[in-house]
Amino acid sequence: MSTPAPAAAGAKIRIRGLKKAFGRKVVLDGIDLDVGVGESLVVIGGSGTGKSVLIKCVLGILQPDAGSIQVDGEEAAGIDAAGRERINRKFGMLFQGSALFDSLPVWENVAFGLLAQKKVTRVRGREVAEAKLAQVGLGPEVGQLSPSELSGGMQKRVALARAIAADPEIIFFDEPTTGLDPIMADVINDLIVKITREVGATALSITHDMASARKIAHRIAMLHGGRIVWSGPPAAVDASGNPFVDQFVHGRAEGPIKMAVRA
Amino acid sequence: MNFLQPIGHVVLDFLATAGRLTLFALAGVVQCFRPPFYGRMIVRQMVEIGYFSLPVVGLTAIFTGMVLALQSYTGFARFSAEAAIANVVVVAVTRELGPVLAGLMVAGRVGAAMAAEIGTMRVTEQIDALTTLSTNPMKYLVAPRLIAGVAMMPILVLIADIIGVLGGFLVASYKLGFNPANYLQSTWDFMEAEDVVSGLVKAAVFGFIVTLMGCYHGYTSRGGAQGVGAATTNAVVTASILILCFDYILTEMFFAGK
Ligand SMILES: Nc1ncnc2c1ncn2[C@@H]1O[C@H](COP(=O)(O)OP(=O)(O)OP(=O)(O)O)[C@@H](O)[C@H]1O
Ligand SMILES: [Mg+2]
Repeated sequence: MSTPAPAAAGAKIRIRGLKKAFGRKVVLDGIDLDVGVGESLVVIGGSGTGKSVLIKCVLGILQPDAGSIQVDGEEAAGIDAAGRERINRKFGMLFQGSALFDSLPVWENVAFGLLAQKKVTRVRGREVAEAKLAQVGLGPEVGQLSPSELSGGMQKRVALARAIAADPEIIFFDEPTTGLDPIMADVINDLIVKITREVGATALSITHDMASARKIAHRIAMLHGGRIVWSGPPAAVDASGNPFVDQFVHGRAEGPIKMAVRA
Repeated sequence: MNFLQPIGHVVLDFLATAGRLTLFALAGVVQCFRPPFYGRMIVRQMVEIGYFSLPVVGLTAIFTGMVLALQSYTGFARFSAEAAIANVVVVAVTRELGPVLAGLMVAGRVGAAMAAEIGTMRVTEQIDALTTLSTNPMKYLVAPRLIAGVAMMPILVLIADIIGVLGGFLVASYKLGFNPANYLQSTWDFMEAEDVVSGLVKAAVFGFIVTLMGCYHGYTSRGGAQGVGAATTNAVVTASILILCFDYILTEMFFAGK
């Protein structure tokens, strides 16, 4: 992103010492991470390092074992159901697997948050949905289809439209460009840039796509071994001096990150 | 004392499951009374449980009534069969067979479908997506199903009662050659409000059991398609067993000391 990150007016999300294990398998082992107001942070890291788990802990879908997660200075880890609902109102989330509601047509999926909170009528909801679908490059005729009638890439874009429909303050994108063709991927990159720059939303994205990361990030953080091992601006990612980042950015099989494969 | 260990395990597992189920049921019931109410979802479930179960429940009821009349004829033929058969049919259908058989059929139809639908939503992260859209899944998914189950089952069973009695009437008057008017008169004489009402109360309880089991097993399912399959089976099996248990308990409550 060409514009610098907005001056740090306190962290929008502040994570300290976050730990999460599944049984004996430790996934997150003391994450410290800040996302500034209006900042676009991209988390990179190998498959299975816990990037999705990290976001799910912030969203309250998974309960962290230890550590603190503050949203606008309010502690969100272990908050009660009413508080969780209030905090989640600030969030928009694009799931890695889209997670569209297959009992509802596409437009109701997109307008779901607005309709559920009774912010809009159904007629108005449909208009908003069509406008959001247009932003992700889908025509209004897609609105009345069912999610199962769409291709994987189209589902991803519908899920993206749903994540931004209620104009959230903080948006989580779990692999927004995976499964899209290079042109559409760039359209989505532009859209994310536009949302963070023009609307001023804070974004925490996960991606394996370095081109996308360079384009949408104010700052990139690398997750490895349950910790954030490096973070810095996208321009510094090629000369980070960090062996993990080097190996990841250049996509080399040889290096400190050992993939669990046997040749 | 090693042989005690597996027994202890089973007991503890059972208690843990019973506890989780109770908490789940409480949370679901609480959400039934807290706004906002999702009227659209409630109506959709009512149609699903009430309207679409009518054919299967109706068929079950009419054959049950018919076979009751036929069976009791062989037993009562020597006595004043006409009144006795009408009595057996109306009491058995309204008190027992209407609610129990309708409950079991709905468990197979609706309970399984609910477990599969909610289970799929769980494993494809749709339930997580609900929470991120500020929607409580207990309120959006579970409460409407519980409400629809408790509201629609008594109506279904009332219809099943009528069809079941009609089945008995058809066999009695066309096959066994009784006087239709007399048979209807005896049916009317033997029909007790208490029998019908107790059957409808049972129906409401069974409606709660079926929808609760469908929701609980779907909601707690994990592990992809296989997990959803297991949830579906468990929903039907546990609902059927609980229906039979509660049938006994409710009967004891209604007719104890009579
Ligand atoms: N619900 C769960 N139960 C048990 N283990 C889990 C669960 N969710 C995630 N894990 C484990 O946590 C680890 C991290 O998973 P996660 O989905 O966060 O990976 P990721 O970094 O998002 O990978 P990818 O880039 O492939 O999406 C994995 O090894 C996974 O097996
Ligand atoms: Mg992931």
